[in-house]
Amino acid sequence: MNIAADAVYKPSDDVVAREIEGEIIIVPLVAGIGDMEDELFTLNDTGKAIWDKLDGQRSLADVVTELSPEFEAEDGAIERDVLGLVAELVQRKMLVAV
Amino acid sequence: MSYVTRRKLGEQPLWQHGQPLLGRLDIELTERCDNDCVHCCICLPEHDEAARRREMSTAQVQAVLTEAAALGALAVRFTGGEPLIRDDFEELYLFARRLGLKVMLFTNARGVTPRIADLLARVPPLELVEVSVYGMSGRTYDGASRRRGSYDEFRRGVELLLERGVRFVVKGALLPGLAGEVAEFEEWAATLPAMDKPPGYSMFFDLRGRRDCGGSAAEPPAAGCDFERRNETIRRVRLSPADGVRFLSRDRERYLKDMREFCSKFMRPPGDTLFSCGAGHGACVDAYGAVQACLPLRAPDTVVSLRDEPGSLRYALTEAFPRLREARATNPEYLRRCAVCFLKGLCEQCPAKSWAESGTLDTPVEYLCEVAHEQARDLGLLEPGESAWQIEDWKGRVERI
Repeated sequence: MNIAADAVYKPSDDVVAREIEGEIIIVPLVAGIGDMEDELFTLNDTGKAIWDKLDGQRSLADVVTELSPEFEAEDGAIERDVLGLVAELVQRKMLVAV
Repeated sequence: MSYVTRRKLGEQPLWQHGQPLLGRLDIELTERCDNDCVHCCICLPEHDEAARRREMSTAQVQAVLTEAAALGALAVRFTGGEPLIRDDFEELYLFARRLGLKVMLFTNARGVTPRIADLLARVPPLELVEVSVYGMSGRTYDGASRRRGSYDEFRRGVELLLERGVRFVVKGALLPGLAGEVAEFEEWAATLPAMDKPPGYSMFFDLRGRRDCGGSAAEPPAAGCDFERRNETIRRVRLSPADGVRFLSRDRERYLKDMREFCSKFMRPPGDTLFSCGAGHGACVDAYGAVQACLPLRAPDTVVSLRDEPGSLRYALTEAFPRLREARATNPEYLRRCAVCFLKGLCEQCPAKSWAESGTLDTPVEYLCEVAHEQARDLGLLEPGESAWQIEDWKGRVERI
């Protein structure tokens, strides 16, 4: 899946994201995302930091720029993480393009 | 590399930094029910207007759901009574789901309409719906529910769930009717997509949890509220201890294996601590806005009113219930028997059942005591005529099995 750096994404209305005890829990709202009982989705630490900035306002390039001072990472690593997370969330129908 | 983890609760730890204050909230949306089951410890008539007026409003239920979510609850159980008879069920269901709560729905399925089934299919509860079954024919089901045509409505509701692909499990109330249809019930249950093990049963039925008559048309109170008359009906349909143990152990080999494991973990005298269970570690809210330490515990002194002020759930969980859990038994009979009885793991004696039976939190419930002793004799933990509270070397007895 090709994700453009200038694209803007926001959480899908078909999921509810909750922060509980420091964990981001993504709860499917409609059928087709994760219908099995006892199943929820969580984000890893990298995912949490990125998720908070996917607000339907910032482009992915903006997200990368804002995250860069917060993390000591090799060149291109943050961009790879942002694009990787977005691709995964879009595939899971948890993010939509604005 | 994956940034998102699909977690199956119960198999993988969800929390890395600490547990939320509340894991799940149980709400009785109403005590009213479209059935009038002979064994029911709580139901009120469907059209009981006085009960309906006392129930929490839509906004009050929404407020408690919001507080539960803020405390970290991942799920809410909607039970009753029959939750589907509330006019605002759909609204409450969607509200809970939009808060990111999973919904466990306990229902008799009679009220499952095409619209409700569509809703559950479109916005899945993310928990199995649990359907109670009282018989496998109109004769037995309607006999238990005391509502003509209820069996047909139950089957129609279940068919709708199946057609829409809504996952549900069934559980049986082992009333005299269903007791004669267990094979048929289990054969049918095995065909249901979400049933990966045989159905569970309720059989040692509780007496009226509010010590009320329930306003049943089938048992009009002689004068005022004659709850003992209603309790007599419940006592009549309870299994005898011997029949109960026979039913529990019908798959003998598996039963013995399970019981060996269970007994090695849970058999010990409880002492004078009244709450050796999980009561008060979670929260339940009754139809009228009382926060209870567990669903059956309705003794007025043990509940917190939600209507007192916002934040009542937090108050109940952090202040009222921890205090309640420190309660000690004082009834000499309880101290002589239950406090030193090693069958505590087998016995369903608890403050809620004691209150329903006798109006105190610490009176031994004779029926439950007999059931536990019958089970213990069957397992070889006791000899005929022995009382478990008199056994000093109880550890040796447990090791025997």
